[in-house]
Amino acid sequence: MTKYILKRIFYLFLTLFIIASLTFFLMKLLPGTPFSNQNRMSPDQLKIVKAQYGLDQSVFVQYVRYMGGLLQGNLGTSFQFNNEPVTALIGQRLAPSMQIGAQAMVVGTVFGILLGAVAAIRKNTWADTLATFVSILGLSIPSFVLAVLLQFYLAYKWRIFPVALWDNFQSSILPTIALAALPLGTVARFMRTEMVDVMSSDYIELAKAKGNSSWKVVTKHALRNSLIPVVTIIGPMAVSVMTGSMVVENIFSIPGIGEQFVKSITTNDYPTIMGLTIFYSFLLIIVYLIVDILYGLIDPRIRLGNGGKE
Amino acid sequence: MEQIPQTPKEKFKLVHDENNAEQEKISTPALTYMQDVRRRLFKNKVAVVCLTLISIIVLISIFAPIIAPHNPNAQNVTMSNLPPKLGNLNIPGMNGYQNMGGKMVDAYKQAGAPKGTSFILGTDYLGRDLLSRIIYGTRLSLIVAVLATLVDLLIGVPYGIVSGWKGGKTDTFMQRIVEIVSSVPNLIVVILMMIVLKPGLTSIVIAIAITGWVTMARLVRAQTFQLKEQEYILAARTLGESSTKIATKHLIPNLSSTIIIQTMFTIPNAIFFEAFLSFIGIGIPAPNASLGTLLSDGQKAFRFLPYQMWAPAIILSIIMIATNLLGDGLRDAFDPQSSEH
Repeated sequence: MTKYILKRIFYLFLTLFIIASLTFFLMKLLPGTPFSNQNRMSPDQLKIVKAQYGLDQSVFVQYVRYMGGLLQGNLGTSFQFNNEPVTALIGQRLAPSMQIGAQAMVVGTVFGILLGAVAAIRKNTWADTLATFVSILGLSIPSFVLAVLLQFYLAYKWRIFPVALWDNFQSSILPTIALAALPLGTVARFMRTEMVDVMSSDYIELAKAKGNSSWKVVTKHALRNSLIPVVTIIGPMAVSVMTGSMVVENIFSIPGIGEQFVKSITTNDYPTIMGLTIFYSFLLIIVYLIVDILYGLIDPRIRLGNGGKE
Repeated sequence: MEQIPQTPKEKFKLVHDENNAEQEKISTPALTYMQDVRRRLFKNKVAVVCLTLISIIVLISIFAPIIAPHNPNAQNVTMSNLPPKLGNLNIPGMNGYQNMGGKMVDAYKQAGAPKGTSFILGTDYLGRDLLSRIIYGTRLSLIVAVLATLVDLLIGVPYGIVSGWKGGKTDTFMQRIVEIVSSVPNLIVVILMMIVLKPGLTSIVIAIAITGWVTMARLVRAQTFQLKEQEYILAARTLGESSTKIATKHLIPNLSSTIIIQTMFTIPNAIFFEAFLSFIGIGIPAPNASLGTLLSDGQKAFRFLPYQMWAPAIILSIIMIATNLLGDGLRDAFDPQSSEH
């Protein structure tokens, strides 16, 4: 197990290195400089500004510097946001994103498990159809469409929630719902398949035959065993929540990193784009790693490297 | 040794000769695999409804120039932001009346539109016909989806087959690449590519395809690994068939169900990415319409002109739901065991 974890951590760094390099060179491929629009700068001024950001050096020197900075946790300086270090920008904006992200994951998983379990236990009844319908809606309707609709009805028309505001818990409810829909659909569907499988297995028959109440059979035997594989979809779920957060934060004007990312794209703020790309990838790879290790601990069949995966 | 007495053949007689033959006869025609799949698919009501919906949407997109009532990019500022109106029918919400300061006003009269003018889904802030824009927008979204899926197939399938077929070191190396590509969040790569490339149809397709092929490659590789061990593949090898011929003649037909099912999930994915990119403003450039740009425009004005948001939102959702459900239906049809769950 230790060997497996070490191997995974090695790949983590390798992947991060490749992503960082790729991002760096892609950004260098872009035509022009961030200052080419500012006509009023004299050539001398331009030189000074370029020197300040280290853009007068050769690409290789810039690359080595950038990677060196990365090792020290330095993601560079933003071109647009008052010359703030990108790490500081991320730090200021992390909390709101984390809050709605975590809320969406929890809400999505809990309700998804409930929905999936109900569908599996009441298989081929109206409850199953309804649950399947809800999970298909969650899976299919893009989070930004849902966000726009929620904003229109619940916030603007019926005035239950604020339209676009970020201060208290109430203002986080709509973005959470918009983001939770996809995880909910995914988990519900996955859970249903797993649980239907488990419910028809021998040990459930045995538990029933021993005279356990159906409540006990479901909670003690079926639910537990169907939950294990659900761990594997936490990774993809985190991706979808992150993706969704970029637009959802924009729609509800939440000062999070998703909103920052979109803003830095529209303002061509390359250091921020690079920094956030690396940051997002880092978060995601960590989530994947934790999920894999967790799964290895829960289900020993996985432990031998890739053997159980494919 | 004692001789066993030979019984003359004539003494043997088949019992119920004709009857037996009748019983052994196969009364229904034997179905090929594909016929069987089609039969199962058409039995699934949900899948049939989705298939019909998708066919209608695809047909409308193909014949967009004939069907669309107006030029989608023709601006007419005097007719801007007109609400939906369906001929002279007086249906609430479709009669050209608009709430202005608490009163319902005939927006068409106010704008001085000639008699008989009607825009079924209204017009946008530049006076462009929304219905035509939606038809063309859907067409663009579908083009992106089809192209992205094609690239997906062209890269993912051969990659998966080679990786699975060769095995060993080649496979390990190819899988490392897959691992690295798939560990970067899709969307981030897509966004990076969109920043580097010029915004437009080709860039979107390239950006989506760069990350999209990975899932297909993985599935195809896993399946190839299983198929490789089959007797008929071994037989083909023993007979000296070349690898390319085995791949095209034996592997691909047997992989077809996996490929078709995965394709059905790639399409909504591509549509989602296009809409997403256009929504945040780095997708299809103006003045062309896509479902994402229409939704983004609609969202900006939704407080006063909600109809501009509704139509693209509904169409986008319908396409997504229908493709997802059809994908499910196809999976059940190809692999009936999965529906037994």
